[in-house]
Amino acid sequence: MNTMDKDVIIIGGGPAGLAAAVELKKRGIHNIVILEREKYLGGILRQCIHDGFGLKRFKETLTGPEYAQRFIDDIQKFNILYITEATVIEITPDKIVTAVSRNGLLQYRAKAIVLTMGCRERTRGAIGIPGSRPAGIYTAGVAQSFINLHNMMIGKEAVILGSGDIGMIMARRLTLEGVKVKAVFEVMPYPSGLPRNIEQCLNDYNIPLYVSHTVTNIKGRGRLESVTVAQVDEQMNAIAGTEKEYKCDTMILSVGLIPENELSLTCGVNLDKHTKGALVDEHYQTNVPGIFAAGNVLQVHDLVDFVSMEAEHMADSVASYLYQEGFPPSHISIIPDDSVGYVLPQYISGEIDVVCSFRVKKPAKKCAIYVLQDGKVIITKKLKMLFRQR
Amino acid sequence: MKKNFTCIICPNSCDIEVMFEGNAIGTVNGASCSKGIEYAKNEMVHPMRTITTSVFVQQGIVPLVSVKLDTPIPKEKIFEVMKFIRDIKVTAPVISGQIIIANILGLKSNVVATKTVEKV
Repeated sequence: MNTMDKDVIIIGGGPAGLAAAVELKKRGIHNIVILEREKYLGGILRQCIHDGFGLKRFKETLTGPEYAQRFIDDIQKFNILYITEATVIEITPDKIVTAVSRNGLLQYRAKAIVLTMGCRERTRGAIGIPGSRPAGIYTAGVAQSFINLHNMMIGKEAVILGSGDIGMIMARRLTLEGVKVKAVFEVMPYPSGLPRNIEQCLNDYNIPLYVSHTVTNIKGRGRLESVTVAQVDEQMNAIAGTEKEYKCDTMILSVGLIPENELSLTCGVNLDKHTKGALVDEHYQTNVPGIFAAGNVLQVHDLVDFVSMEAEHMADSVASYLYQEGFPPSHISIIPDDSVGYVLPQYISGEIDVVCSFRVKKPAKKCAIYVLQDGKVIITKKLKMLFRQR
Repeated sequence: MKKNFTCIICPNSCDIEVMFEGNAIGTVNGASCSKGIEYAKNEMVHPMRTITTSVFVQQGIVPLVSVKLDTPIPKEKIFEVMKFIRDIKVTAPVISGQIIIANILGLKSNVVATKTVEKV
C-alpha cells in the first residue's frame, strides 16, 4: 500500500474539522486533508435545521446548514482536499493514519494530526432504564436525522427524557410535524438546556417540563406502549408512590453527549475522566507530540460557535508546531475546586495568555470565578449568571 | 404591574422584566442589549416567531431541503404556516437562499432554502 505524506490529517469534517482546515490554510499550511466518514461535510450541523447558530462567530443568526456552508465555501475556495465516506480505523503514535474508503484502504504519514471527531449520544443502555425493549426509543440526534434528513416520521405520541438543548429542540420539531409531545422529564432539579430553548421550544407549545423526574419503567411488545415516570429525591432515587404512567409510542432521549475518542486511544492519547476528552496543554496538544484535539471531541460545547473558535485557536498552534516555533513546556496544572467540574486546558506554561473553558457543577446567579496561584487570588471575574447544562 | 420574559434572541437567555400600566409599557429591566428590550416589548403586544422546517425535493440527491422564514410571523399562525409548507414540493436543483414560497399566507414572510440540493 502506498503511504502518502501530509503535513496535517484532520479527522472529521464537522464544524471543528472544517474550521481547523480553513485556519491552517490561512496560516500557509497547504498539504492537508480532511477525512470524513459521512457522505457530506458538515457533521451534526447538517441535521440541525433550526436557527440560532453563529451569533458569536458571525454576529448573525444562522441555521445549522447555513453555518456549515460558510466553512464549506471556504474549503472549496481554498481548494482544501477532503475525502468523504472515508472512515479512519487507526492512528499510530508515530502518526500513521489508516482509513477505509470507496477507493479501498488509504494510508497517510502525517507531521501533525488534528482530532475533530465530535461526540456521540448517550443511549438508553448507558443510563440503564429498566423495562422491555420495544421499538420507538430514539436518541434525540437519531430522531433528528430521521426527520430532518431522511424524511421519516418516528411516531405519533412522544415523551422526552432529558432536558438537553437537542431534546427540547426535538420537542418543538415533533410538535410542528404533528406529533403530540406529552412532556419532558429531567432527573436533575434544574433543566440542562438553555432557558431560551425552554421558552421557545417548550413554553411556546405548552409542553410541560418536570424536573427531578425520571423514567422508571418501559412497557411495550414490539412497539413502545407506555413509560412509567417517578419523582426522584436528592440522591436521584425514585420516590415510591409518585409513579405515573404515560401512554406513548415514542421516547426521545436527550441525556448527554460523550466525546468520541476510540481513535485517540489507539495512538496513546490520555483522556480526562471528567471531560472524556483528551488531556491537553494550552496549545490543544495532547500527550502525544503532534496530535491535537478541539471541538466536541475535546469537551462538549453548548454552542457550535465555541467549537469553531476553539478549532481555529488549535489550528494556529498546529501551524506553529509545523513551523517549529517551539512551545514553552506546560508544567503547570489547572486544578478545579468542588464547584467546577473541569477546566481546560489541563496544563499551561504560565508564559502566554490562555483562554480557559470550564463547566460548573450547579447553576448560579451573581457569582464570581477566582483563579488562585499558591493560595493567592490572581484573577477575579464576576458573573451575572452561570448555567450548568448537559 | 409587571411581567417577566425569558429572551430568546441569543443564548444568554436574559430574564427581562417589563413594567406596565394598562396598555402603556413602562421600564424594561434585565436585558443585556437593545434587541432584548425590543423582544420583551413585542411579547407584551404581539409575540412573533420565525420557524424552520423542511420541504420535499423531487429529483434531488437528498429527499428534503431545509428552509426558514426570513422574517417572524405571529405566533398563532405557526401551525397554519406549517400546514401550508407541508404540501409544497420543489424540484432540484435548489440553491441555498432561494425563495421557495414568497409571502406565505400573506404574512409578508418568505420561505427560504437554507441549503443547496443538487439534482440527481
